[in-house]
Amino acid sequence: MAEPLLQVRGLTTRFRTDGGVVTAVDSVSFDVAAGETVAIVGESGSGKSVTALSILRLIPDPPGKIEKGEVIFDGVDLLKLDDVAIRAVRGNKIAMIFQEPMSSLNPALTIGKQIGEPINLHRKAPWTQAIDKAKELLGRVRIPDAAARVNAWPHQFSGGMRQRAMIAMALACQPKLIIADEPTTALDVTVQAQILDLLKNQAREAGSALILITHDLGVVARYADRVVVMYGGRIVETAPARILYKHPRHPYTKGLMASIPRLDGDTRQRLVPIEGQPPNLALLPPGCAFAARCRMATQRCHDERPPLEAVAENHLKACFLETPAEAHA
Amino acid sequence: MPDATTPIATDEILRVEDLKVHFPVMKGVVIQKQVATVKAVDGISFTLRRGETLGLVGESGCGKSTTGLAVLRMLPPTEGRIIFEGEDIAGYDGERMRHTRRRMQMVYQDPYGSLNPRMRVRDIVGEPLEVHGLGDDRRALRERVAALISMVGLLPDMADRYPHEFSGGQRQRIGIARAMALEPSLIICDEAVSALDVSIQAQVVNLFMELQQRLGLTYIFIAHDLAVVRHISDRIAVMYLGKIVEIATRDELYRDPLHPYTQALLAAIPIPDPELEATRPQQIITGEVPSALRPPPGCRFHPRCPHAMDVCKTQEPPLKGRPGGRAVACHLHP
Ligand SMILES: Nc1ncnc2c1ncn2[C@@H]1O[C@H](COP(=O)(O)OP(=O)(O)OP(=O)(O)O)[C@@H](O)[C@H]1O
Ligand SMILES: Nc1ncnc2c1ncn2[C@@H]1O[C@H](COP(=O)(O)OP(=O)(O)OP(=O)(O)O)[C@@H](O)[C@H]1O
Ligand code: SF4
Ligand code: SF4
Ligand SMILES: [Mg+2]
Ligand SMILES: [Mg+2]
Repeated sequence: MAEPLLQVRGLTTRFRTDGGVVTAVDSVSFDVAAGETVAIVGESGSGKSVTALSILRLIPDPPGKIEKGEVIFDGVDLLKLDDVAIRAVRGNKIAMIFQEPMSSLNPALTIGKQIGEPINLHRKAPWTQAIDKAKELLGRVRIPDAAARVNAWPHQFSGGMRQRAMIAMALACQPKLIIADEPTTALDVTVQAQILDLLKNQAREAGSALILITHDLGVVARYADRVVVMYGGRIVETAPARILYKHPRHPYTKGLMASIPRLDGDTRQRLVPIEGQPPNLALLPPGCAFAARCRMATQRCHDERPPLEAVAENHLKACFLETPAEAHA
Repeated sequence: MPDATTPIATDEILRVEDLKVHFPVMKGVVIQKQVATVKAVDGISFTLRRGETLGLVGESGCGKSTTGLAVLRMLPPTEGRIIFEGEDIAGYDGERMRHTRRRMQMVYQDPYGSLNPRMRVRDIVGEPLEVHGLGDDRRALRERVAALISMVGLLPDMADRYPHEFSGGQRQRIGIARAMALEPSLIICDEAVSALDVSIQAQVVNLFMELQQRLGLTYIFIAHDLAVVRHISDRIAVMYLGKIVEIATRDELYRDPLHPYTQALLAAIPIPDPELEATRPQQIITGEVPSALRPPPGCRFHPRCPHAMDVCKTQEPPLKGRPGGRAVACHLHP
């Protein structure tokens, strides 16, 4: 088999805060193959965005620091590149769609200038050409009247239009890897479907790959080939999408699946959230990060950290619990 | 105004009549000239009963946030009436609006952009109380802020941190705590749970519903997640390009959507099951996304509507009331 496009190995990122040192990403390892769509899911604060930002070395230092690990992209460890070299990768070979479109767009630059910038910078295209390309890209992300809207300011765009402007910017240089952090939270389902199809087709056609960070498990079901589940800064389970939905093995993943509001579900009834509070990442216990909320927890779970181990082909979980299905999986 | 937009009960808290919000599009650097108009909201009417939740859904850019902002008078309405708790606030000046606004709050789509990065969480949440002179008793203020912070599921020691130290979903909860501080009667949630993972989303949705029952809150719940909207709303209004095209009770809308756009919207919802998704036909509405700069003549949905008839190209269908308090704007349902 060919080398994966991206190999993340033992990635660990910490932040120094008043409340102590926060290990936001703790020994995270996963691969992304060319043409593949990998979804990262997990509770708010579980380290999904920090993982993504660490891959591109966009962690603010201080207070943050990538402490350990390797991020091998196209055979090169990005964590070892100098500043000039990593800048040539960002927005060019790897593009990131940030979680918060308003704060990631520059309010003092027109939409067209912002989308055109990477084309001007990395492709050395003259500005008139870059703006033309920006118009085309705005059209592809389904902004109506793209030619007229290319000169608009960010505040004149709706939430979803800003998000699409960010996506247009990410597509500008035909990257090999797109990291999309909640790319469609501000979009209705029809536009969402068009945009995700666009991203996925881009990945398939150009042989590039997509990391999709989302909490929308419907989107994951439709678009992801593989799913990485994070909890408390660690990967707790990873499997092909179909298998994960059918046979979630980790108690957190099971809870996650149960808390989805369903269209066929009972309305006016309480949804079933996972009980308890998310863990304080500055004060994680020595054992399993989920132990305080896990109904299956034993003393061992509190004392020892469960390693991420294979339970079947392509299916890993970090939990001491033996599920009955495992025997014949 | 069609009767159908009126709920049966009389304890009306909000009535919006023929609301329009238009934005000029300017060109030129020194001498600015208006070259076009974005008709973001173009004549919408609805009412809200106290304690009710109205879901507001529709395509990105169709005018949902603009509607919310205009109702709160954070954007000036171009035309129309906004009757909140019996007063027409459409023409209120800043001073009168300041008092009214205490009773109406907004929870935003973009949590980071709406929180002051230089303020600690404690001060962000406590600020509305202080602004309205409710912060003089420092101990009571501290306790109230602590209660709000734990109410939204954040840990007590997070109160002394700054917004950038939080994840997206955690920031969203800070915004909710802040909006709840003054115990307003109307809250407009603009994609308030979209940035949350499902488990916390479930907690926050439950929280919204509990607070509603306890405090009799009224919500306009703007969202694109139709499963969440279904869960929380009593009635739902569907917008398309600046207009309401259908308004119905939740059960009716999901069981029997009448407007072709509503039908397309419901058919596009992803199902959280990869096997079903792989076999299900993908019914995505296609066609050029229309522009609020130049809305199509006749029915605004006609260029993309699978049922479009000749009449649709020239005559705009009015929002017509039907029995049972529902209304639809489509020539198929005269
Ligand atoms: N600049 C920072 N300073 C201190 N702590 C930080 C910083 N950025 C992130 N963190 C912490 O790191 C943890 C992981 O955050 P991250 O943004 O990766 O979460 P996430 O999984 O993306 O959550 P969400 O779904 O809410 O976006 C959180 O506990 C957060 O508080
Ligand atoms: N300040 C402004 N100046 C000019 N145009 C604006 C302004 N604010 C909004 N618009 C335009 O009005 C239309 C409606 O925007 P609005 O933000 O209400 O959409 P929305 O339904 O909330 O969309 P989304 O789901 O993407 O958030 C859009 O075409 C937008 O570009
Ligand atoms: S290791 Fe123990 S505490 Fe952790 S998820 Fe498994 S059973 Fe629960
Ligand atoms: S009025 Fe005509 S074009 Fe418009 S939704 Fe109804 S059938 Fe379709
Ligand atoms: Mg995040
Ligand atoms: Mg909006």
